[in-house]
Amino acid sequence: MAFASPQITAYAVEATEFPDLARRYRVTGVPKTVVDDEVEILGALPESAFVEQALSKLGIGN
Amino acid sequence: MALISPSDQERLRESFAEMTRPVRLLFFTQTLDCETCLQTRQILDELPPLSDKIAIEEVNLILEADKAKTFGIDRAPAIAVMYQDHEEVVDSRIRFLGAPAGYEFISLVHAVLLAGGRPSQLSQESRARLAAVNRLVTMQVFTTPT
Repeated sequence: MAFASPQITAYAVEATEFPDLARRYRVTGVPKTVVDDEVEILGALPESAFVEQALSKLGIGN
Repeated sequence: MALISPSDQERLRESFAEMTRPVRLLFFTQTLDCETCLQTRQILDELPPLSDKIAIEEVNLILEADKAKTFGIDRAPAIAVMYQDHEEVVDSRIRFLGAPAGYEFISLVHAVLLAGGRPSQLSQESRARLAAVNRLVTMQVFTTPT
């Protein structure tokens, strides 16, 4: 997704190596995606649903 | 001993052969207090022998803190995926925090192939929506190494 937009930076974070980040973002299961500290997506979703959730709550990309 | 098995090396060599652009992996490391920095370096060191389009550049998180900061990196080990488009070095804005072991290694390979010129696997609809994003967005995907 970062590749599809120059505005997006994507981090793959290894949760067990950085427990402080896992705690800060309340990671109780993986994969968990956090978008701008505003949107949380737990689990894997089909691509279209993932893009929809990741962007729609931010009011962008529609 | 190689971390990547000979058969996996062969498969990776074939995948990387399709790369059309040079990819540079910036490896952010520190000498002390970094349990997995050495492991990460060992994994990364196995990639350039599989493709002349892949290079590793080490960045010391402590000594080159300013450089790390420009990439939004404040911990180690971390990897930023860069690629060269004609004369220009481009930041893919794909980052890895933590050692790229287990499934993360597959993600790293995908990121290298994408930066290396492989077409996006996203649908046209998704790409159109993402292209319309008009402000900076940070996405973090948390995983575990299984």
